[in-house]
Amino acid sequence: MTRYSIFGLARKALGGHKAWQTTWRDASPRSGYDVIIIGGGGHGLATAYYLAKNHGIANVAVLEKGWIGGGNVGRNTTIVRSNYTHAGNEPFYEWSMKLWEGLEQDLNYNAMVSQRGVLNLFHSDDQRDFYARKGNAMRLHGVASELLDQDGVRRIYPFLSFDNARFPIMGGLLQRRGGTARHDAVAWGYARGASDRGVDIIQNCEVQGFLRDQAGAVIGVETSRGSIRAGKIGMAVAGNSSRVAAMADLRLPIESHVLQAFVSEGLKPVLPGVMVYGGGHFYVSQSDKGGLVFGGNIDGYNSYASRGNLPVVEDVCESAMAVLPMMGRSRILRGWGGIMDMSMDGSPIIDATPVKGLYLNAGWCYGGFKATPASGWCFAHLLAEGRAHEVATAYRLDRFRTGHLIDETGAGAQPNLH
Amino acid sequence: MRIPCPYCGDRDVQEFAYRGDAGPLRPSEDTGFYDYVYLRENPAGPIREHWYHARGCRTWLVVLRDTRTHEIFSAVLASEFVR
Repeated sequence: MTRYSIFGLARKALGGHKAWQTTWRDASPRSGYDVIIIGGGGHGLATAYYLAKNHGIANVAVLEKGWIGGGNVGRNTTIVRSNYTHAGNEPFYEWSMKLWEGLEQDLNYNAMVSQRGVLNLFHSDDQRDFYARKGNAMRLHGVASELLDQDGVRRIYPFLSFDNARFPIMGGLLQRRGGTARHDAVAWGYARGASDRGVDIIQNCEVQGFLRDQAGAVIGVETSRGSIRAGKIGMAVAGNSSRVAAMADLRLPIESHVLQAFVSEGLKPVLPGVMVYGGGHFYVSQSDKGGLVFGGNIDGYNSYASRGNLPVVEDVCESAMAVLPMMGRSRILRGWGGIMDMSMDGSPIIDATPVKGLYLNAGWCYGGFKATPASGWCFAHLLAEGRAHEVATAYRLDRFRTGHLIDETGAGAQPNLH
Repeated sequence: MRIPCPYCGDRDVQEFAYRGDAGPLRPSEDTGFYDYVYLRENPAGPIREHWYHARGCRTWLVVLRDTRTHEIFSAVLASEFVR
């Protein structure tokens, strides 16, 4: 692999950019592997990368039914943060944040990680108390947080609607280390790193069934490109986890829901960071291309449609106008939908399944992008070592049976409300 | 989406509250509650769901809907729904 550097870029620029090589190898399936990862999204590619890098397991195939990075890793609002309340979550997301901070050097790939700060606004006394508690919970896990008063918010975002009659802005919880990353580049960077270490990335290869031995253990997969055997199989197919698990006769504590996101036309720099409204559900940042990237709630009913309906568009835009009135002067360029693995407590699952040889990485709800590095790191650890990584011990599949839920919103087993 | 409420006719989906899959049956014994509360078929295709006409006639409906297209095939009163 050629290392990328400013000098290489300059040299190739002088040569008319003709000397660039393919970033990663588009492989054809072999008959068998030590590990198969189903799903060539961010989490699957990161898992393959860390299997090879951290555990020396490079006889790995990543099977993707479409093209890599064509699912939710290319459909999110690119926000990275580690501002969680529960002890089962915060160390994991903070580990992910630390990996984001070193990601570009590690991958030698520009993922455009930009720690421009994530600010959650509060609009009432009880919301302030909630964010004070969340900030304290973060600090207890060694994660810096700042509770800003109204003046503090004004210094960063002077143009917000501070005196809104219903939801006046009283302050906000700021995580300065949070920010955004270039989502496609994350998939490509992990693919390049994994491919370079010997991992086969196999596209247009849809898993259609599992090969089982007489004891019921999975020993391979049937795909649209033939059967492939494997010692261990990891699923990283958020959005479609229930459908793939059903092929192994598993029912999961997951529902699939659609989440929409939007981007405005390109504007000159107006938003310094990631801003989250507390009066409704609305979050926005500005991409380096200039578009305001924003979103809100999931549509609220089971869906595999990859597109949402207009009531949520209206709801998101109402929230936008309530907190950021200047957005009304820009036009929406695009909107899209992604299918979320909504788990029953709003938290993910990284665990072995009751089916021997089959491992599950699922249930990321609407927050999977920020988790990509740690998810890959911990899933690779589970596949290689056979036990959970220390920051992912809470993400058990059986926690719904035992009652050890990690319910940040406290909504119960009602995924459309998380 | 519009839901054809048996009382009110075609009404906008915003008038309804979503409960989810109408498939799981509440068990009479303690055993089976884990399945009932947490596990889902989560089909890609037709699914029967509970919707509540909260801003309308306040009845519970069983709606047959396709999760791939959002097409709604039928809506009947939950009290009259025969499994």
